[in-house]
Amino acid sequence: MASMLSEKAPAAIAAGAAPRRRGRRTAWRAAGFVVPVWVYILCFYVYPLVSNVKMGFQNYSVASFYTGSAPFIGFANYTAVFRDPQFMSIVVDTVLFTIGSLAFQFGIGMGLAVFFRRVFPLNGVLRSLLLVPWLLPLVVSGTVWRWMMYNDSGVINYTLLHLHLIGQPVPWLASTNMSLVAVIIVNIWVGIPFNMVILYGGLQALPEQVFEAAALDGANAWQRFTRITLPMLRPVILVVLTLGLIYTVKVFDVIMIVTQGGPANSSQTLTTYAYDLSFNQLMFGQGAAVGNILILVAVVFAGIYLRAVRDRDGEGRR
Amino acid sequence: MTKSSRRRTLAAVSAASVALLALAGCSSSSSGSGGSGSITLTEMDYYGSAPQNSQIQGVLTQCGNQVGVKVVHQEAPRAQLVPKLLQDAAARTLPDLMLVDNPDLQQLASTGGLVSLSANGLSTTGLYPSIISAGQYQGQTYGIAPGVNDLALYYNKDLFTKAGLSAPTTWAQLSADAKTLTSGSTKGIAFSAAATEEGSFQFEPFFWSAGADLKTLDSPQAVQALTLWQSLVSGGYASKSVVDWTQSDVEAQFQAGNAAMMVNGPWQLPLLDAAKGLNFGVVSIPVPAAGQPSVSPLGGEVWSVGHSSSDREQKAVAVVKCLLTPSMSAEWSKDAGYIPSDEASAQQLATTDPQLAPFIAEVGTAKARTAELGTQYPKVSTALWDAIQQALAGGTSPQAALSQAQGQAGSGS
Repeated sequence: MASMLSEKAPAAIAAGAAPRRRGRRTAWRAAGFVVPVWVYILCFYVYPLVSNVKMGFQNYSVASFYTGSAPFIGFANYTAVFRDPQFMSIVVDTVLFTIGSLAFQFGIGMGLAVFFRRVFPLNGVLRSLLLVPWLLPLVVSGTVWRWMMYNDSGVINYTLLHLHLIGQPVPWLASTNMSLVAVIIVNIWVGIPFNMVILYGGLQALPEQVFEAAALDGANAWQRFTRITLPMLRPVILVVLTLGLIYTVKVFDVIMIVTQGGPANSSQTLTTYAYDLSFNQLMFGQGAAVGNILILVAVVFAGIYLRAVRDRDGEGRR
Repeated sequence: MTKSSRRRTLAAVSAASVALLALAGCSSSSSGSGGSGSITLTEMDYYGSAPQNSQIQGVLTQCGNQVGVKVVHQEAPRAQLVPKLLQDAAARTLPDLMLVDNPDLQQLASTGGLVSLSANGLSTTGLYPSIISAGQYQGQTYGIAPGVNDLALYYNKDLFTKAGLSAPTTWAQLSADAKTLTSGSTKGIAFSAAATEEGSFQFEPFFWSAGADLKTLDSPQAVQALTLWQSLVSGGYASKSVVDWTQSDVEAQFQAGNAAMMVNGPWQLPLLDAAKGLNFGVVSIPVPAAGQPSVSPLGGEVWSVGHSSSDREQKAVAVVKCLLTPSMSAEWSKDAGYIPSDEASAQQLATTDPQLAPFIAEVGTAKARTAELGTQYPKVSTALWDAIQQALAGGTSPQAALSQAQGQAGSGS
């Protein structure tokens, strides 16, 4: 590697000798490096994406799998999805799931990040332990949550009953009113480490002197948090929230493992709905249509994210 | 190495990597058929629990040896087997042998990816007529069952004796017994109302015995059946968790003494017989009023063969032929807790096995789920299990839930 780098300088001088030939060779060489990336992106990103968009306009049925042909039907898949009586409630559930998850993930993550800024014994150990939800495979943690939330034998109901906090077992997974709450709780637990780590990193970058000066001026802890920490952390917060939003909208595994979208579709979000349409009801066109709606949502928020990152980098340069 | 030659090497490497990526990413993979030599066939099913999944490899190996091939067993989760097979059909890489749930067979056959077994000389003579029809699509036989099953009511004899009760035969008795037997952590009855085919399968004996049919999900008879289930759950005689339970979960609850009765199939017998200290009996599913016939759905998986090369297909058909011989299907049925699909051997078995007798008595009148609806069945079944869940977990009235299901099932078919 080192020899390759050191070669650059003489090569640049030599370039003067035969400029044209060199230029063409450099172009070829550059292409040699760029083309693999493009081929990769085309095969693994663009092709599936375009296929999905296309499938959203096709009547893609079981037989299409074998014959490989499916007639184009315009926006019929989209109108069918919008007319589905379940669709509106699924959209509402998706919004509730996203907002509920984000608010608590962020709130608790922020609280922990501020807490771990202090110096105290075992700080590092505790902080690493809090990363466990992030590190565990979701199949494992999701299944454990599922067991804990069982109506008659789950440890959560057992504990709550014995603490006399509830009189009747809470049907976490067995009631259409509670199932969404149950998956939100699990998703909050999964998301806290991500929020904490990023916010903690952001907090570490804030200059200590500002806080000391504010303390000397008589600002109390709450004032320091709202007047200094939050404004200075704004770019990081924006990044955490937009990334969190994109991750949350497309959450699939948590719901699939804990409730499978049930009972009676009460914890179904757009992601699991798309899966259900495609792979349980075998209406691949409509499934793709819902997928495309999700892609659109993700693209909008990805745009916001990219803007936020650019703004932050801009501030950093200044 | 000179500068320019090194550069050339570099360019060559990157060019090669382009080619490799293009090959790996965009070309369709060619399936490596092992040439002449020994043939290895793949088999796929959804048996995820004992006794079926512990017994299947044994019969496959026996028949593989007989035909002179190796058979490799693979399993997929129940809900994912059909999607997986449909994808395989698209890629022309269906497994050589498949054991699919009988209501899914017609849909799978409609893709054109299955080998006609009747055209290859396999006979279905002597089998139960309903399982023969479930394996047919457009006049050809694509799937044949080695064994069949249905549902009945298991009851815990000790709990019944203690309460001074005898096994229920009508819905009124069922509700009353469930109420009496519910105490502490023991519920009166357990069944599966899962949001999968298992939920519909378990509900269908009540649905059909009431006189409802799958073409009109919101008939008064259907409402009557769902009202029964709803009252069992809302009264607390069945756990609220029934909407989460698979049939294996139901068996575990019954075995643990958490339920005095359960709706389940004969494949649970080997496990229950092995359980120590459990004293149970089996009766037909209770009916709305005394004297009415109890109609159970016909369960069981059918063997089918996927299209491949002609010599692989021939070997696969030969393996299926072996698996379906009376002696092999009798062995499989015994190990897995199924009823032989051959009517005569089943009748024979009923006289010697009192545990299986109620199942065998009902299997003669059991209804194939695709009999009325054909390839539309999976869609209607989805609407039905949605309605069951709405009523049990969402507090929706059975009438409203089933009306919605009828709308869902009837739309855009």
